[in-house]
Order: sequence, then C-alpha cells, then structure tokens
Amino acid sequence: MSTLEVSPVESQPGQPSQPVVNDFSIQVATVNGSGSQTANSVLMRSLFQMGIPVSGKNMFPSNIAGLPTWFTIRASKYGYIGRRKEIDILVAMNPETAREDVLNLDGGAAVIYDEPLKLNELRSDLHFFPVPFDKLVAPVCPNAKLRKLVRNMIYDGVVARLLAIDMEEVYKALRKQFGERKAKAVDLNWGAAKAGFEFAAGTFADGIPYRAERMNATAGKIIIDGNAACALGAMFAGVTVVTWYPITPSSSLVETLIGYAKRFRHDPDTGKATYAIVQAEDELASIGMALGAGWAGARSMTATAGPGISLMSEFIGLGYYAECPTVVYDVERVGPSTGLPTRTQQGDLITTALLSHGDTRHPMFFPCSPEECFSMSLEAFDFAEKFQTPVFVMTDLDLGMNNWMADPFPYPEEPIHRGKILTAEDLDRLGGFARYKDVDGDGVGWRTLPGTNHPKASYFTRGSGHNEKAQYTEREDDYIHNMDRLAHKFEVMRQYVPEPVVSMAEKAQIGFVAWGTSDPAVRESCDQLKAEYGIEASYLRLRAYPFTGQLLDFIRRHDRVYVVDQNRDGQLLGLMRLELDAELIAKLRSLRYYGGLPLDARTVTDHIVREEGK
Amino acid sequence: MSTTVTPPPKKVNHIGLEVLQYKGAKTTLCAGCGHNSISERLIESFYELGINPYTVAKFSGIGCSSKSPAYFLGLSHGFNAVHGRMPAIATGALLANHTLLGIGVSGDGDTASIGLGQFMHLIRRNVPMIYVIEDNGVYGLTKGQFSATADLGSTLKSGTPNELPPFDCCALAMKWGATFVARSFSGDKRQLTAILKTAIAHRGLSVIDVISPCVTFNDHEGSTKSYAYVKEHEEILQELDFVPSFDDISVDIPEGEVVDVQMHDGSHLRIRKLQRDFDPTDRLKSLTALEEAEAKGEILTGVLYLNTARPTFLELLNLTDEPVATLPEARVRPSRAVLDQVMDELR
Repeated sequence: MSTLEVSPVESQPGQPSQPVVNDFSIQVATVNGSGSQTANSVLMRSLFQMGIPVSGKNMFPSNIAGLPTWFTIRASKYGYIGRRKEIDILVAMNPETAREDVLNLDGGAAVIYDEPLKLNELRSDLHFFPVPFDKLVAPVCPNAKLRKLVRNMIYDGVVARLLAIDMEEVYKALRKQFGERKAKAVDLNWGAAKAGFEFAAGTFADGIPYRAERMNATAGKIIIDGNAACALGAMFAGVTVVTWYPITPSSSLVETLIGYAKRFRHDPDTGKATYAIVQAEDELASIGMALGAGWAGARSMTATAGPGISLMSEFIGLGYYAECPTVVYDVERVGPSTGLPTRTQQGDLITTALLSHGDTRHPMFFPCSPEECFSMSLEAFDFAEKFQTPVFVMTDLDLGMNNWMADPFPYPEEPIHRGKILTAEDLDRLGGFARYKDVDGDGVGWRTLPGTNHPKASYFTRGSGHNEKAQYTEREDDYIHNMDRLAHKFEVMRQYVPEPVVSMAEKAQIGFVAWGTSDPAVRESCDQLKAEYGIEASYLRLRAYPFTGQLLDFIRRHDRVYVVDQNRDGQLLGLMRLELDAELIAKLRSLRYYGGLPLDARTVTDHIVREEGK
Repeated sequence: MSTTVTPPPKKVNHIGLEVLQYKGAKTTLCAGCGHNSISERLIESFYELGINPYTVAKFSGIGCSSKSPAYFLGLSHGFNAVHGRMPAIATGALLANHTLLGIGVSGDGDTASIGLGQFMHLIRRNVPMIYVIEDNGVYGLTKGQFSATADLGSTLKSGTPNELPPFDCCALAMKWGATFVARSFSGDKRQLTAILKTAIAHRGLSVIDVISPCVTFNDHEGSTKSYAYVKEHEEILQELDFVPSFDDISVDIPEGEVVDVQMHDGSHLRIRKLQRDFDPTDRLKSLTALEEAEAKGEILTGVLYLNTARPTFLELLNLTDEPVATLPEARVRPSRAVLDQVMDELR
C-alpha cells in the first residue's frame, strides 16, 4: 500500500489529469476566536458522513482571541489518521500568516484565500482561488456583528464545491453541530455555506486535482476526542470522587465528565449525586483530595498536565508509600516549565514513572486512541484499587483535544473489582489484620475503610516509616522489609498491566517500539518503508509501564530497535535503559520528534531511511 | 483460691464505652508539652459526648502537633499526611464518606506557613470538620525556628527577636468565612473541653487555635507563647457550658447574662459574658475586639465566632445519603442503554 502513486506533485496547474480521490489534506489558517472551529468541524464531519476516513488536528495558540490558529483535516481512503506534513489545500483566512503559509506549500497545492490578500502574486506553481468573503457574507448575514463568525462557513461551501463534497452532508453536519434547538444558527450558517458553494460554482471553471467520493469506511463509527473518551471511561468505571484543577490540555476531560455525570449519575428517585466533583485550589490540593478519597474507599481521580504533575510530586510519594489508590490522567503538553501549553509532547514519561523523592515507581497506562482512553480508564480504576497505588493514564494534547474517528465503545462486561477491603464481618472472622502485611504473596496488604464499625478496623496511615501494622518505625529491618514488599508489588504488576500490541514483519531486521499517539505515524511509516524502500519493520506498541516480557522478546528478535519518542531526550529509551540488560540496550536506537505538533509518518520514514542507509 | 473479688462497675458513657477506648498510643512528645493536654481534652470530649470512635477519622500534617492524632482515639482511622496539606486529604476523605466525623490536628507552622493556602480554602468551603491548631509559635521538630504566628518582638532561646508581625489564625479564619472560631489555652481544661465539645456538635468547619506552649524551645523569658506569658496576658471572654442533647436542659444554667446557642444536633452552648460587651455572632465586633486585644498585648480566649446557619460544603454537593465510596456497582455504573445513547450522540 503506498500513497506515492497518487502524489499531488504529479499534477501541475493547467495539466488536467486524473484527480486524487479521498487522499488529501486541507489546512485552514485563521485567527482564534473567529468562530472557525464550527466551520472546520462541519467540514471534517461532512467528509466523515460520506464514509471517508478522516482526522482533524487543531494547532492553536495559548490565547483566547486574535492569534493564529491552524486546523488540518486529513482524508485518507487508506485509513491513515496521523498528521500529514504536506498540505494539498490551504484555506488562507489569516492576513498575518497568509504569506508564510503560501510560501511553505508544495507545488501544485490549491489556495483558497480572501481576495484582498492578493496571494496569487506570491507563486506561480499553485492553484489560486480568490474569494471575496466580505462581499459574500453581507447579504446572507444582515447582523453585522455575526459576520465575523459566519464568514468562515463560506469557505466550507467553496471547498465543498471544489472537492465535490455533497452539500447535503454539509447541512447534516451543521445540524449535528448546532443541535435541534439552534435552528436559527443552522439557517444562518447554511446560507453562508451555500453562498460560498454558488460563488465557486459560478466562478471557478477549473477545479482542483482532488476529489471527495463516497465510500463506506466510517459506518457506525463515532467522532470523539480523547479527553471525552477518558471522561466516559471514568464514568463507566464508577468513579465517585473527582478533584481537579483546570490546566490545558486536560480541563475538558473533567468538564466533559461533569456534563455526563449531571445527566447520568444522579439517583433517579432522589435526584442526589452518586459522585462528588470538586475544583480544587491547585494541583497540590487536587491530588491530596484524590488520595484522601481513595484512602476512604472512593474510586477517585484527578486530571492534569505536566506542570500539575510536577506539583503533585510530593503527594504521589505519599500515595505510593502509604498505598492509597487513585487514578491520575496526565494529558501531556510541551514542557519544560510552562512550555508550549497548546502543543503536544510525550514529555512527562520519566518524571511520572519515578515521581517523588526516594525510591518510587508508578504504573502508567498508554492509550493511543479514544477506544483505549475508554477501555484503559476502566482498567486503571480496577488496577489502582487492586494494587492500592496511584495509577497514571498518560495521554497527550493530540489525543486528548483533537477529534478522532473511533469505533463505538463496548459496554464493560467485567464487574467492578474493588480490591482487598475487609469489612466488619471479615474482621470478626479473622480477629484482626495488619495493614501492610503481605498475606497473599502479591505484595498487596488488606485494608479497611474509615467508618468500619469494628474495634479491630482502625489503623494509622502515614508517610513516615511504618511496619506491617502501620505503626511508626525507624528500624532498619522494618524499613527494608516494607520497601522490598513495595518492589515486589511492582514486579507483580507486570502480569496485570495492559500487554503490548505486537506486529511482527517477516524477515524484519528492524523494529519500532512506540507508545501513545506515535501509533498512527509509526503504522503509516511501516507501510511507507515497505512500499517505497523495501524495508520491513516490525512494531511493538507499549501499552503500559512496568514493561512486560514481550518487550524483551521483541528486542531479542531484531537487530536494531528504534524507540520512538515525542520528546527531546528519548525518555522511553531512557526508561528502558534503567532495567534492560546491556546486550538489549545495545540494540536500541532513538527516534525523536519534539516540535510540538503531532508526529507524522514522513518524519519517521525519513529517519529510518537515513539510519538504515537506503 | 476461694476469694471472690467483685470488680467495681466500669464507668461508661452513654453508648457504653469506657474512657480507655478513646485513648491512643503512648505519646512521644516532650513531658509537659501543651499538645498532650489537648489530646487529653479531646479524649474527654469524645468520651463524654459518647461519640462512636468508628465514625471518626483523624487527620494531620507534619510537625510535633501532627504526631498527636496517634495519641488519642486509637479505635479511629488516622491519616498523617504531608506538611501543610492535611486539609486536602481530609476533604477528599469526607467527600468519599460524608458520614465521617473528621478531626484535623495541625500546628502553627503546618497551618500558617506551608499550609496557609489549603487552610484558607478549607475555610472557604466550610468543610464540616474540626481543625485544631496547636499553636506554640515555633517549629519544634526542627529545633526551634520562628513560625508565622510568633509575635513581633518575641525571642528565640538564643535571644534573637522576631521581626515580622504574626498571622492571627482566628482573625483570618473569620475573614475567610469560618463558621466556628475559638481560641483557647492548653492549660485551661474547662474552657478547652467546652470549645471542643461545641466543635464536635458544630455542623460546619470549626477552627480552634489553642495556645500550646513548647516546653523545650519556646517557654523561656522573652517568649510570648510561654506558659507564664500566656497565663499573665490571657483575657478570658466568657464562661462556657456545653450541654449535650442527651442531657436535661434544665440543669447547670449559669448565672448572669447568658447567651444560649442551639447547635444543629440539639445540644446547647451556654455563653456567659465576662467583663466586656462581646457577641460571638457578630463577626465585625469580634474582629475589632481581636485587633484591640493585639494592640494591648492581650490574648483573647473563648468563643470568637459562631454561625450555625451557613451550609457546609458537603451539603452543597447534594450527595446521596449513603457514602459515595461504598455505593454498589449498580448505582455508580450507568446502564448499557446510557452508553448506547451517548454513542449515538457521537455518530
């Protein structure tokens, strides 16, 4: 399978050739706060409704209004949903960036632009489509105040005409976007889209070398962002206490959860909530509350991003050492420090794995898709209670905030597992318990919840040294015994974490190891390497830390293993170095991208070709 | 042996428990530490009110004060958290199980320095729990540095004077919206017990600042938190009587001008004013009195503010009657039909 046969570079202006069908990318350059989000979502959804696999990436500033923002829509009949670097169709709405946007295009691309910008003077190897947006919007939007928002819908109409997108689907997408109750907004925007369509139909005799055609690859699928998928996962995992502090890009995770919980988590008879969601004063408090709630028996969670992870460091050490369950969603963004708050990175991996002072290790789950955001949320809450420890679900801005096509989520068939909790009846039967005693050989002690009505129930939880009975101790043997049990518990986790997904290529000498949102790019790159260069590559996608035996087997079976990281320092490779044997480490190569945009396949492919000398 | 000894009848409270069942582990604090007296008063108060220890959860931060929850109510769960961040742990636990009676013990370093932010927000939320500050103006566990409640001019053992003005945790708590604020002295058995009992009955957050001298690092001449200094400068605002709901209301009515405050659980706090015109339901007057006392170098003790009307944070959350922590799966995992509906909306 190759995308090269249909490379847009083959089509030059004025040379009519077969149009490229369902394999193109559209970039819309606007300023944020101009309401372009609606027009972009409608355009993406229209393609989706035509059955064409589609993905959308929003590249936006850390700002409310007035700064440049780009939205890229990729349609791919092959189902590739990673970012594509090459832009085939540019919609240039932002005077600030228009010049640079146009100069960066590959030859043969189409440019739809606001006529007064006169972009056609910049290059002669592009298709230019000037559109008088202001002239077109005035008659369809009498309210001058709304024109700034509505004029964006005009480019939807122009693009629909040029790509042969069915306008019926644009209308349906608009209705989906605004819902039944906002009929006026639908009408207004529909008028603008039609104006754009009609203008293009009457003005542009030559089309563009790309076309959208109906296919049947999206039937039954949903469109959702990873944060919403995590929120749904948490709700169906039976989360009961959510404590959080707003931070990009994780805020919408909890906000979406609030929306769903209000609809679906109130007692139908009394109207009372079966959950508590609290906006804390900072991340120190949000993680503290989550741990306190987990200690008292709630299924608790918080959601944050890198700066929050740093602030939570101290409390996470307490969670590890005092053994309090909770789930922490880390929707990673670009660090260090404030970094680039609205760009994506896998920058928190090592920090999180070893968060807090002293010897600490934390389990992390790595979803790569909305489906996994949902399913791994279910697993994470069980895992946290099973092992009585904080569990991190590591996503990133790309997964969390962008819209993804996904299969509908299956209803959880497994009942909720609450882990080792002793009731008053259990204590009657047992005659007592020792909180940190490893009675089952898995390193996990039994616990009681405060409020248990029994004279043997209480214990004193502390972050200071403690023995099996949770009593204060500074004894050498007690300390070592306890730390060794915690280490053993971590070893036991290896058998229970989500296993990697392995795809072995026959006769492959090289392999990829990647995690999270590197997945679409790595999968597409495997196809590119094979089709374009005859390079076979296997691929192991890690789904959790601690690592499992499959990772070691995979490395053994290849000559060189490229460890893909979306960070500068190769953090996944670094984490592997901490526990792998030297002979395996010697096979590892680092493949890094850290520009803040979602990883694309071509970057991966080019790197391998350079390294493998083809 | 043929001698039969009839054991004397055990003294029990109204739920049938002995005082022994309210005690904790042996204290490891210095002999004479004010904190130990506070632990004793807590034991008495919980015992005398007949609180079921299994319904109590104890919380603390870091410091000498924060060790003390191990020394009372051994049958209650306890959580010794990290420095200054006990409010978050306590808030989380009470969200999980709002039927728990929470008591937090903190110090002046834990509350007024590293934990000031969490202390403020605990007050702002009116999380229903008792928050005791064992206030000695000094960091004991790190051997005697000033805390943020140390008075201007008070000296360290070395003679070094404090050059920064103190935070008055009670005045700040009132400003931030606390619903029960009191100050006491670890040496005043009667007053402290009445205040602690009122705190147990109060349905919102109780902030109780107890001057509790550090016998090792801050009990010297020149310190304004020494036993001698506090005894000399204490200005007792009221005579307090706490009448639990299960007692006959007609007994023990004090003489003089008495304000009777009915608590949410049906108990009463009888306040007999001493010396001054002081109304603990008037926040502004109370704040003024604190300002005036500070200017005169007096330490006002007693009930500084009481508001039984403001709803608690947990009430605002409209939670189910049962603790959310232990709701069965059927009540916390929505049905298959709900997931189908959501998936349809996303198509």
